[in-house]
Amino acid sequence: MNVKWRLGMFFIAGACFLFFYLIAARNLPPWGHYPGPYGDVISSLAVYQRHATDVVNAIDYDYRGFDTLGEEFILFTSIIGVMLLLRDPKPRGGTAESDEGLSKTVKVSAGGLFGITLIFGLYICTHGQLTPGGGFQGGVIVATAFMLVYIAENLRRFKAIASHPLMEVLEALGAALYALVGVSALAVGLPFLTNWIPLGTTGDVFSSGTIAIISASVGLEVATGFILLSYTYLQDIVSGREE
Amino acid sequence: MLAFHLIPYAVAAWLFLCGLYGIVTSGHLVHTVISLVVLQTSTYVLLLAVGFRWGAVAPVFADISPGVVTVDPVVQALMLTDVVVEATVVALLLAMVVKVHEKAGTLSPDDLRMMRG
Repeated sequence: MNVKWRLGMFFIAGACFLFFYLIAARNLPPWGHYPGPYGDVISSLAVYQRHATDVVNAIDYDYRGFDTLGEEFILFTSIIGVMLLLRDPKPRGGTAESDEGLSKTVKVSAGGLFGITLIFGLYICTHGQLTPGGGFQGGVIVATAFMLVYIAENLRRFKAIASHPLMEVLEALGAALYALVGVSALAVGLPFLTNWIPLGTTGDVFSSGTIAIISASVGLEVATGFILLSYTYLQDIVSGREE
Repeated sequence: MLAFHLIPYAVAAWLFLCGLYGIVTSGHLVHTVISLVVLQTSTYVLLLAVGFRWGAVAPVFADISPGVVTVDPVVQALMLTDVVVEATVVALLLAMVVKVHEKAGTLSPDDLRMMRG
């Protein structure tokens, strides 16, 4: 089937989609006039029921915690898939990586930003139950801090951190901790992923029970996962050149 | 007035069809993957548009009193996790593209027609 045929079929299918989509969209709530009631109910209840002030994270790590567990395992298996596919880099030509690529200004700035970025990422990971943030966002920021090591130093230094066996252990631990928190509810005779840990004072960092623990475990999983991901790709590019 | 209320839904449809057009006419597998990302962003626009409310605040009660009218937190929670998960899925697709290039020596979907045992 050539491009012309494919385009023809696309225009027919696209026109059909647009026709039915616009009929459906007319019955959606008009833009800016969300009618409720689910969002309003959960907004007014989450602070009292879960002692978490960020309702979005209370939904993600508690009310729909089972879904998020599934999403986290999509992330987990995708990263394993990348590492599996790129486990054996083939030489591809090109020149070997040199450490002279970046100017001193860039290297010094990146080095200075490492600590700030790491602390900020850990802050976002651990305060998801109070303010916008949580494990998914904080984990990516923590991973960025380690990529700054690659910019400030060189690939060898980044490799020394990222290829450490502990990195894979921590990634698996992050994924396992979420499931273990869920199973721990079964151990005390409650349904899977029930928020059974004492909820604490609203607004406190150690509040909202399992939400804070799950958020931190997701942060660990995402941070180590993204470090492994960037390491795998860098390894593929560089060893493809050197050999 | 009706047309104004449909604007974000029309944007979502536009992004969806743009991404689909990119996939259908793609001549390069990396381009196909990026088109899929464009297609997927349409779901974010649609979800956030459904939950939006004029004059409402973000559903974070750290500094506002309970009972203040907020936008819908459920749709935000739905798309929040997906932003990060999508990045890793794209990484997996790109790793497959690398392997395709290694095995077949081409990145054009049109040249990948024959099956080999």
